Amino acid sequence: MTESVQEAPAGSAEQLPPEAPGEPGIVIRAADALIAIPVNFFAEIGVVASLLGQALFWGIRRPYRVRLWIDAMDFIGVGSIFIVGLTGLFIGMVFGIQLVDGFRQFGAENQVGAVVGLALTRELAPVFSALMVSSRAGSAMTTEIGSMRVTSQIDALTTMAVNPVQYLVVPRIIAGTLMVPLLTMLFNLIGIFGAWIICVKVLALDSGVFIDKVRWYVDLEDLNQGLIKAVVFGFTIALIACRQGFYASGGAAGVGRATNRSVVHSAVAILILDYIVTSLITGQGGL
Amino acid sequence: MSDPAPAPDPVQIRIDGVEKRYGEHEVLRGVSFDVQRGITNVIIGASGAGKSVLMRQIMRLERPDAGSIVVDGQDIVPMNEVALTKVRRKFGMVFQASALFDSMDVFENVAFPLREHTKMRRKEIRERVMARLEDLEVAHAARKMPDELSGGMQKRVAVARALVLEPEVLIYDEPTTGLDPITSRTVDELMVRTREQYGVTGIVITHDMASVFFIADRINYLYEGRITASGTPEEFLASEDPATREFLEASGVGTSAAFAKRR
Repeated sequence: MTESVQEAPAGSAEQLPPEAPGEPGIVIRAADALIAIPVNFFAEIGVVASLLGQALFWGIRRPYRVRLWIDAMDFIGVGSIFIVGLTGLFIGMVFGIQLVDGFRQFGAENQVGAVVGLALTRELAPVFSALMVSSRAGSAMTTEIGSMRVTSQIDALTTMAVNPVQYLVVPRIIAGTLMVPLLTMLFNLIGIFGAWIICVKVLALDSGVFIDKVRWYVDLEDLNQGLIKAVVFGFTIALIACRQGFYASGGAAGVGRATNRSVVHSAVAILILDYIVTSLITGQGGL
Repeated sequence: MSDPAPAPDPVQIRIDGVEKRYGEHEVLRGVSFDVQRGITNVIIGASGAGKSVLMRQIMRLERPDAGSIVVDGQDIVPMNEVALTKVRRKFGMVFQASALFDSMDVFENVAFPLREHTKMRRKEIRERVMARLEDLEVAHAARKMPDELSGGMQKRVAVARALVLEPEVLIYDEPTTGLDPITSRTVDELMVRTREQYGVTGIVITHDMASVFFIADRINYLYEGRITASGTPEEFLASEDPATREFLEASGVGTSAAFAKRR
């Protein structure tokens, strides 16, 4: 069955290793599974880094397919406006309810605008935008590139002397890096608007005080902190989505598993990177 | 093909001692043979003999562990991707599953190599693409998506796409696998006609013996990771090598009767 031993080619079902005659006991297997976690983690980092290296190498080379960049931006950015806006609206509204309810207990509800503004711009907007983009656009990109892989379309690109990393991966990384920050700005606007609606129109806070607190407490630095995170997240989720699709194997089922991994890895990466970036920017948190 | 000043080397690709292993599994153990210019070179072998792996090395989709693949005097084994991009323009490839881009219609699929590699204007591209599609009798499907086409038509479009940049070498990976006998015969005729019409060097990887004697000018038999027999179909049929004979007997073309019907 040589056809099924190829590196990442079409259609081949993943082969299960033959059953060992003496199955190891549960302790051994548990230990193996534990050791496999860090090993797989670093192996995965290696694969992603290698794809990133190729993307940088081919990204600076001609031809620049601007048309593909724009298509990818359209898909990731424009295509996510609705879902990011909707998420922003509801996060803002819920946040409004919770904060007014909480702050009323010690008579500080006039501070709600400040907390809403800071929480959204610094944390919630970049993290939720990135999570939504990853589950909407990231998964779709993995599926698309993955099915191109398992039906030899990526090999076809190569044989037509078109580098597939340059053609498929570079535009998506560029688009992810540029679009998630823009979506984050949108999230900020709609989120604060959602909180304002609830606080002012439903819970009868003073509109002037709310807006004044947002303007007084939210600085350019807070916006920047959110945008830097958004750049990091956008870049990372596009890279992870491409990596999972590009090296997918095992037919339709394999593409399904790759899409699943793409979303999970992206979400985990977003949360871990969020801590790292926050810690680096604020100089707190031990990094 | 137009003749350059000195007569071109009759051998287009020299494959020498190519080895490829995946982990413990040794697939190619020193494959050596010549791909002759301007004729159809067929590589046959049982399923799992490593035919597709060999094709992936010739196309340099993978790098062989050892050996050399010399295309018109250049060894492509040590080349990096940037250099390979230039060499690959000599090749066209028709994949087993056609591998048409399912996000593009038939016209866009065939226009793709022209858009990528030439500065042709819209009108020229249109003319060239439609000419190829007409040659292959799929012009009426130009605006259809690949998944709306039958297997045989997909194959024609794939051939049109592979031919549109006028490559010197056209590689077919299992062109008739999974097609019914009638469609298989059409694809065989297509391959013969393509060679006659465009003078391209053909490399066909197959185990379909019905098609082999119809299309082949030279046959190379891949057995246990090596080419164990090479020659014209006549020489091949007359082979005394036991492994070759066994393959021929199993295919039902052990007698020369089948051969008599050729063309």
